[in-house]
Amino acid sequence: MLSHIVRRVLQSFGVLAVMSLLVFAGVYAVGNPMDILVNPQSDQIEIARATAALGLDRPLLEQYFIFIKHAATGDLGRSFAFNVPAIGLILERMPATLELATAAMLIAVLLGIPLGLWAGLKPRSGAGKTIMASSILGFSLPTFWVGLMLILVFSVWLGWLPTSGRGPTVNLFGIPVSFLSLEGLRHLVLPAANLALFNLSLVIRLTRSGTREAIGQDYVRFARAKGLTETRIVGVHVLRNVLVPVVTVVGVEFGSVIAFAVVTESIFAWPGMGKLLIDSINVLDRPVIVGYLCIVVALFVAINLFVDLLYSWLDPRVRLGEAA
Amino acid sequence: MTPARQFAAEFATSRIALAGLALLSLLLLAAALAPWISPQNPYDLAGLELLDSRLPPGARSVAGAIHWLGTDDQGRDMLSAILYGLRTSVAVGVASTMLGLAIGVSLGLAAAWLGGWLDALLMRLADLQLSFPSILIALVLLAVLGQGLDKIIVALVAVQWAYYARTARAAALVERRKEYIDAAVALALSNTRIIFRHLLPNCLPPLLVLATVQVAAAITLEATLSFLGLGLPITQPSLGLLISNGFNYLLSGHYWISVFPGIALLLAVVSINLVADRLRDVLDPHERR
Repeated sequence: MLSHIVRRVLQSFGVLAVMSLLVFAGVYAVGNPMDILVNPQSDQIEIARATAALGLDRPLLEQYFIFIKHAATGDLGRSFAFNVPAIGLILERMPATLELATAAMLIAVLLGIPLGLWAGLKPRSGAGKTIMASSILGFSLPTFWVGLMLILVFSVWLGWLPTSGRGPTVNLFGIPVSFLSLEGLRHLVLPAANLALFNLSLVIRLTRSGTREAIGQDYVRFARAKGLTETRIVGVHVLRNVLVPVVTVVGVEFGSVIAFAVVTESIFAWPGMGKLLIDSINVLDRPVIVGYLCIVVALFVAINLFVDLLYSWLDPRVRLGEAA
Repeated sequence: MTPARQFAAEFATSRIALAGLALLSLLLLAAALAPWISPQNPYDLAGLELLDSRLPPGARSVAGAIHWLGTDDQGRDMLSAILYGLRTSVAVGVASTMLGLAIGVSLGLAAAWLGGWLDALLMRLADLQLSFPSILIALVLLAVLGQGLDKIIVALVAVQWAYYARTARAAALVERRKEYIDAAVALALSNTRIIFRHLLPNCLPPLLVLATVQVAAAITLEATLSFLGLGLPITQPSLGLLISNGFNYLLSGHYWISVFPGIALLLAVVSINLVADRLRDVLDPHERR
């Protein structure tokens, strides 16, 4: 198990190094941020001074090594547009994105598992068929358009929920969060539901197929023969079989949810790192773009590692297979 | 029965797939004929009347024409804008899929046939890329490349190639162990001939299914990127850009400017997915129920 962990951690660092090089080379090699950052009226000397101040006159490879050296100490450069450290700018927005992503995942799991169980236990019922049909729709609908429709229906037409923003935040251990106040929750519901849509469909389908598989197995038939209640059979025996794939997918998908938050945050003006990324791309604010990508890649790698370890803990076959 | 007829007969046993195919054909026809069937040329600025701006669906313009789906902020007929937008979206989706398919399949077949370091390198690269969501990769590429039709196609191809390369490689590895390949090798046919005339046709079914699904994915991704303002320029508006434009008026209740392009996008994506689902059932024996 230990060698497995060490190997996975080393692999993760390899991916991180390759990605940082690719991202850096890509983002820095093309386009001249000076065109955007410097007042068009400024003369050559001013442009040269600003370029030198930002370190953009050095060779690309040197810029990369300076970047890596600084990145190792947590310094990702200063934002061209805001003239503050990029890492601070990103970390400041990270709690909003993580809160949104967590809320979306909770919705996907807490709604998806019961609905999937229902569809799996009663596949021929009207409700079961409706659940499955809706989940197909959930895969096909373009997320950003669903976001607009949610705003149109619940904010513009019904007037129940706010259209955008995060609302008032409450500090929890020094981190601003929305979910602790009613007004904050009202702001959170629509973007979280929008972001949850794809994974909700995914969890429903996984749970359904897991349930269908489990109820045919000997151990469930034996549990029935023993005269256990239906609640216990479903709640303990079936659910345990369903949880392994769901946990894996939820874990792996958490990274995707953070990436897709870019879209949801733009629609709902949610002040997270995704919206920051889009704003930064529009003004070619390279340190922020590179910083965002490095942080997201690091998150991805960490999540994959965590899921891997959780998976081997949940499924004894994986754990025992490692030991043998 | 010829294989083609048998295939068609099998495809047609699913009513919902037939409905999807009919809808898809209709949409493709409308997209192809957009310049001839649109009530107006939406990008001929001389033909636009500002007094007609933001008319609700079914309203009459100053000149007396009926705008069945309303008009946008510049007095543009939405039905015409949607037909032109659909044309752009479908063209971008199909073109990028074709290009991605050609590149991905060539690399996948080469990896399977030649093996060794090329195989290892290509598959590691594909693994690395597939471990990140496609939207993230497309965003990075567009941040680097900038805007434009050619750039969005490059981004969509870059996102897709790895799927085709993996699928082509997997299929080719199974096929190359079969006797007809041994026979072709024994006949001393050239590698190119074996790969393209013998191996490729037998690897096609799973690739065809994947490519169909990917057209829908490419159209959705392009719409999403255009919605974020990173896709096509305003001079070539796809459905995504129309929806984005309508978003500005959504809050004031002018819903039609972004709802109708969205419905067009939805119909296109759903009909393609319905057809792809049926193709998979018919073509892919592994998935047969």
